[in-house]
Amino acid sequence: MSDTRDWPLYEIFIRARGGLDHKHVGSVHAADATMAIEHARDVYTRRMEGISIWAVRATDITASDPAESDALFEPARDKIYRHPTFYDIPKEVETL
Amino acid sequence: MNAAIAVPPPDARVRYLLRLADTSLVLGQRLGEWIGHAPAIEEDLGLANTALDLMGLARLLLAYAGELEGRGRDEDALAFLREEPEYLNATLAEQPNGDFGDTIVRQYLLDAYRLELLERLAGSADGRLAAIAAKAAKEARYHVRYSGGWLVRLGDGTAESHARVQGSLERLWPLTRELFDADEIDRAMAEAGIAPDLGEVATAWSRRVDATLREATLARPKDTPYLWYGKQGRHSEHLGYLLADLQYLQRAHPGASW
Repeated sequence: MSDTRDWPLYEIFIRARGGLDHKHVGSVHAADATMAIEHARDVYTRRMEGISIWAVRATDITASDPAESDALFEPARDKIYRHPTFYDIPKEVETL
Repeated sequence: MNAAIAVPPPDARVRYLLRLADTSLVLGQRLGEWIGHAPAIEEDLGLANTALDLMGLARLLLAYAGELEGRGRDEDALAFLREEPEYLNATLAEQPNGDFGDTIVRQYLLDAYRLELLERLAGSADGRLAAIAAKAAKEARYHVRYSGGWLVRLGDGTAESHARVQGSLERLWPLTRELFDADEIDRAMAEAGIAPDLGEVATAWSRRVDATLREATLARPKDTPYLWYGKQGRHSEHLGYLLADLQYLQRAHPGASW
């Protein structure tokens, strides 16, 4: 009776407050997207963790291949000039 | 508001509050029995969340009833030390969980009733009851979405799930009549503006339930003449066992606390 093999996996993203972005919090099994939202509500927002939920079929997510890490991410390592840290910031600017 | 309105005796108000509280408490206890047994862990949490909402509402109402009663009984004394005939919950709430479909049908029929009732109680002449009901109505809107959603899935699901929930509906339907059959306490509360007219609640409930049953491709059972009187303390055989579970600790170890 506790067989849930037929229920696909949904990845759950939750927005904690207005103005923030949705963050990945985990996953739930559900028969469809509506049920996924309800399950996410019951599993991940019991302690007021969020005000908005996104549910995405896990199979709809395209992930980068860990085997390609060298080609994808390694080249950025020695290009520190891409960080905006080479500017002199006027004192008047309090936050940037 | 209107000076001509008869103020009902405190006893009738206490009994009315106990009906609301006990239906909530008993239904919450039933849902709690699913913990560790639900068809999926997500449903386990969903049912537990609803159970906790129901317990929370019961606590607010029992505390209020205890104060109004003025005999020094707090929410715990009322929950753990009253016997079967003193419990005034609707008989439908105490029915056993059965299979998941039975639980969903019982839950949906009561959630729809609770939502229509609580939304109207939010305008009660009793300010404290109105505030409690307004808070609980928000929770009930989710409950009815949850149980109604499952009723549609099961009713409009496979041939087996359809046949099984139709069977649950036939078995539990006769117990809904009690919800809308106004007795002298219901009438006194309605006249005082404390509670809504039950006929109005029945119409709204019927409309809501019919729409969900249509979507679920389920047939509305015929109304039956037999009337249950759980709200007057006369229960089905199931409540005693439930109370034995609920009250065991306080009966065995009086005054025990966390």
